Amino acid sequence: MTVILVALGAALGAPLRYLVDRAVQARHDSVFPWGTLTVNAVGSLVLGVLIGGAAVDAVPGSLVALLGVGLCGALTTYSTFGYETIRLFEDGARRHALVNVGVSVVAGLAAAFVGVTLAELLWA
Amino acid sequence: MGPRRPPVDPDVDLSVPRQRAELRGGTASLLAVIAVGGMTGAVARHGLAVALPHPPHGFPWSTFAVNVSGCLLIGVLMVLITEAWTAPRLVRPFLGVGVLGGYTTFSTYAVEVQQAVAAGAARTGLLYLAGTIVAALTAVFLGITLARLATGVGRDRSGG
Repeated sequence: MTVILVALGAALGAPLRYLVDRAVQARHDSVFPWGTLTVNAVGSLVLGVLIGGAAVDAVPGSLVALLGVGLCGALTTYSTFGYETIRLFEDGARRHALVNVGVSVVAGLAAAFVGVTLAELLWA
Repeated sequence: MGPRRPPVDPDVDLSVPRQRAELRGGTASLLAVIAVGGMTGAVARHGLAVALPHPPHGFPWSTFAVNVSGCLLIGVLMVLITEAWTAPRLVRPFLGVGVLGGYTTFSTYAVEVQQAVAAGAARTGLLYLAGTIVAALTAVFLGITLARLATGVGRDRSGG
């Protein structure tokens, strides 16, 4: 049952990443991977809320599987982040590559901490 | 016919004309293969998480293994389909955007660091945070390099 929920969430999350990435790139004529940064930060925030809510039994496990493991898991990506960083470095955009690592990690972590804190404020 | 510049964003790179135009070949088929690939990757990730559980204060080995192996594979895949060969329209969306994008995850990584810190294991959290970055980037580099060596492309690309 959990596996089906994970699969259903991912069936939404992966195409959503593609569409958000396209939409963000269409608005920024920059080599910096804003699209991937956006999905990774948003997904980390939402997963933080879900995990924080599950810790106080406000969010059921089935919802964590569907929206957390499935949707947020597939919306966010490490492979794209990693490949982009190496490709930027290879193309000579070394500062962009380093900034991408720093900003992605800080934004993702901050989003996760804010998400969990939001859940605690909402449900604790 | 100069060397083709591989994309920077493997999900979709609008600076590559072929990718900018790929929605025109049929949005439904494109999003459908991404969805099916994403399901496959996410189920594999979930399976590994169930097989290798970790306590809140422990090192999240399953996500670590998923992200590092996914990074190795994206490096190999992208060289094969953008530098060595020209792949059919739906190959990158299915394998790169779908399977590997659905398999690897940034949100679980970020929340696991938060959970480790909240459980009082800040040192484990930091080790996981930095260890994943180093291992994953090394894996992408290895994947790209090995695939270029195996296919014989890229030797004249060093000038950028």
